[in-house]
Amino acid sequence: MAVANLRIQPRFPTWPVYLAGLLPALWYVYQIFYGDLGADPAKTLEHAMGEWALRFLILGLAITPLRRELGIGLLKYRRAVGLIAFLYVVLHLTVYLLLDQGLDWPAIWADIVKRPYITIGMAGFVLLLPLAATSFNAAIRWVGGRNWNRLHRLVYPAVLAGAVHYVMLVKSWPVEPLAYLAIAVALLGWRVWRRA
Amino acid sequence: MLLRHAPDLSEREVTPRDLYLNRRHLLAGFGGMMLAGAGAAKAAVKSPFSTDETPTSLKDITSYNNFYEFGTDKSDPARNAGRLTVKPWKVKIDGMVGKPGEYDLDDLLKGVVIEERIYRMRCVEGWSMVIPWNGFPLASLLKRVEPQSGAKFVAFETLVRPSEMSGQGGFFKILDWPYVEGLRLDEAMNPLTLLATGLYGESLPNQNGAPLRLVVPWKYGFKGIKSIVRISLTDKQPTTSWNIQAPQEYGFYSNVNPEVDHPRWSQATERRIGDGGGLFAKRRPTLPFNGYADQVASLYTGMDLRKFY
Repeated sequence: MAVANLRIQPRFPTWPVYLAGLLPALWYVYQIFYGDLGADPAKTLEHAMGEWALRFLILGLAITPLRRELGIGLLKYRRAVGLIAFLYVVLHLTVYLLLDQGLDWPAIWADIVKRPYITIGMAGFVLLLPLAATSFNAAIRWVGGRNWNRLHRLVYPAVLAGAVHYVMLVKSWPVEPLAYLAIAVALLGWRVWRRA
Repeated sequence: MLLRHAPDLSEREVTPRDLYLNRRHLLAGFGGMMLAGAGAAKAAVKSPFSTDETPTSLKDITSYNNFYEFGTDKSDPARNAGRLTVKPWKVKIDGMVGKPGEYDLDDLLKGVVIEERIYRMRCVEGWSMVIPWNGFPLASLLKRVEPQSGAKFVAFETLVRPSEMSGQGGFFKILDWPYVEGLRLDEAMNPLTLLATGLYGESLPNQNGAPLRLVVPWKYGFKGIKSIVRISLTDKQPTTSWNIQAPQEYGFYSNVNPEVDHPRWSQATERRIGDGGGLFAKRRPTLPFNGYADQVASLYTGMDLRKFY
């Protein structure tokens, strides 16, 4: 299991990672008040938060392959990356519920049960809940390291759900969502390949 | 029909000069995107078909566009469409017409009365705008080229010019070019159906489909084919681009209908772009035929609109 020699292993603490992760959100907060979110600001925010969630989820998924294949040791920052990703998922969902749908619960419920891409997106969010809830040291002790690791494999279907959610909601075949899906599949495929 | 409202155009109905200049000023800001003069309505005739709802800002109308020939993001057309050469422009009119030919747009527009039509525009994605188009009824053009008695449909085609339309190149083909659309002949002849050559009293910005685009206000926006280079009359229902792409999602008719959901989202409500509420703009109910039922519902009498979506 242990990697003999990491070629690159940053030593800086984790708080700058949290701070950097908040920058996109802060930039959008600034845009709300002083900038320009375009013709449909709610949609702009909704898409931006969703895309940042996907970026951080994929970054989290890349940490182990980077360690094993390239000797880049970023394990100590993985929790930060995961929690930031979860923050953007929550923001994305909040924008959808509050700004896009205006808390019209019947319409929201209809979306969840009738629209596969929303069903899948929501499933991804639910899968992330126990992971976010156990992202502190005491939780790892309570659950036990082995079980905790197993539980946190839920991130695999969650990332896949997020990427598929994106591909399914667009019209035609724009490159971006397909690229995210391809990267997610590659990072998950690497895990399958390595175990085989 | 065309001249009906010209004589009684009163002074106050004419766009106030300061507003007009203000628009020019705004337009100047868009730089190379605009082409000067041609096709613009200098004093467009008002139309009884115009809504009195507040028009969406020129900035929103010209910066939030679906025009996949210039990219799939709604900000892409404003960025990329400036390179398109729209003069000279030829439109091929062929098929079942008495006067087929390759017409120069300037010739087609000679003697045509340009009207102002302030129409609601409902996008299939669930947002809407109010757009002050300048243009003329498609019917007047069709009559001039004399449709044959057997003609039942009108097919339209957009320019293919990958050297100037960045979205048509690239590794992934986003749509099967050229973009094609179609109408039933009676839909095409309906007085609401417009060929637009401008908006806000100026030439049509490239990102909005310069120099000539279709506007069918009771149908979802994608029926409004842009940068038209060919109009064909036929006796067979034409294929349409989005129907080829996803037949179960986009039908030939694509009338705005809150009762018939897009398979992936509800069509019951819409967000009006620039609707005061800004970030908290409320959704509003979508109207059957986008509020134009009085003028067009009779075209579909006896048709099951769930089947013919």
